[in-house]
Amino acid sequence: MSREIITASDVRLKYGDFEALHGINLEFKQNEITAMIGPSGCGKSTFLRCLNRMNDLIDTAHVTGDIRLMGDDIYAPTFDVVNLRKRVGMVFQQPVPFPFSIYDNVVYGLRLAGVKDRQTLDAAVETSLRQAALWDEVKDKLHDSALGLSGGQQQRVAIARVLAVKPDVILMDEPTSALDPISSTQIENMLLELREQYTIIIVTHNMHQASRISDRTAFFLQGNLIEFAPTKKIFMNPDKKETEDYISGRFG
Amino acid sequence: MRQEFSAELDSLHVSFSELGMMVNEAIYKSVKAFVTHDKALAHQVIDSDHLINEQQTRLEQHCFELIALQQPVTGDLRLVVTAMKASSDLERMGDHAVSIAKSTIRVKGTTRVGEIEDLLGQMADAVKRMSEEVLDAYVHDDAKSARRIATEDHKINDFSRKIYTECITNMKEDADTVVGAMDYMLVASYLERIGDYVTNICEWIVYLQTGKITELNSSTDEDKF
Repeated sequence: MSREIITASDVRLKYGDFEALHGINLEFKQNEITAMIGPSGCGKSTFLRCLNRMNDLIDTAHVTGDIRLMGDDIYAPTFDVVNLRKRVGMVFQQPVPFPFSIYDNVVYGLRLAGVKDRQTLDAAVETSLRQAALWDEVKDKLHDSALGLSGGQQQRVAIARVLAVKPDVILMDEPTSALDPISSTQIENMLLELREQYTIIIVTHNMHQASRISDRTAFFLQGNLIEFAPTKKIFMNPDKKETEDYISGRFG
Repeated sequence: MRQEFSAELDSLHVSFSELGMMVNEAIYKSVKAFVTHDKALAHQVIDSDHLINEQQTRLEQHCFELIALQQPVTGDLRLVVTAMKASSDLERMGDHAVSIAKSTIRVKGTTRVGEIEDLLGQMADAVKRMSEEVLDAYVHDDAKSARRIATEDHKINDFSRKIYTECITNMKEDADTVVGAMDYMLVASYLERIGDYVTNICEWIVYLQTGKITELNSSTDEDKF
């Protein structure tokens, strides 16, 4: 049994007076893919963003509770946020290519971290692009602009950029919702490979995607975690009626 | 999700073949036990039937999971459905092997008729061949062979009729053979049912390839006594 890499206890988040998360308890295991599903506004993305303190950027957002990365409190005043985001990387819904070459996109994080050695950078580019299943498509045009790539390729560049800094955990917020089915399948296959080395937490509206690739699924509803169990259990025989209704599309 | 799904389908195929081999072994042993009057072997068949049932339950569970988690469509869906339906036919074949084994244990000590036992032996060989061939056709997704195997069921039915007539004749001539002959008729009908299940599996193989549910040996033509 793999061990927990992130544990969240009684996590509450308020936007001003509005409480968006009502005390979430969740544990993420190493080398597993955890999917978080639920209707829009259920708090799944908000919770995901708590895990690498992305909500710090929102003035009105206030997080309480306890989130630990390998036992360390990530909200402790002494915890280095830059280091946190290096260890817990994030991929967003829309591919975010920076307006420079594919190569520079991938090594962006490493350069920020002060890595200058050409060989190290070259090696990181190849390894990350291979892991992101993009190397064969772009190896001959690494110095072309990333903006010239297709949406699916841009998303894989974004993933390679996260992989280059060797994170422990990769957070993904709807990483394939802007992509066509073929690109989505490529990314899903890639995630299954990446699971060997990384812990992946993915927010998805696509329930089929959650059922296909995740080991565990968490179902959120109105700021509460309703059910968290192995994906097989959630999709075949969930304990809670709300989960069953949502999965079977009987909601609302 | 092709990679993962393809691997899952492969493992489904392997479980199905395993189940088929277990069932064929049960049929083979039960008939051998009946023909050689081997009570111990018959017990073996009865005692290992739970393994067949468990294998079938596991396979069915695997199919449920594939449907729930991978949402297969078109040919993939047919593959999963076929495995599920055909595996329950296999399991029923195993149950008939158990019934034959039970007859073997019962028949011990009563008056026997050599000619009928010979006929049963031949019939069993034909059934065994069919059930081995159908597994091969399933694994190779071979609808053409499936159609041919299904026609062999006519021969099985011929045996069944012949044994029935022989039994009646013997019972008329010698009342001591009545108890034994009843079992001969039962065993013949179990074998005949096994042949029908093989035909069902042939139909699933045709469905797998064509998407059409086809009746291979129309039941109205059969059983013309």
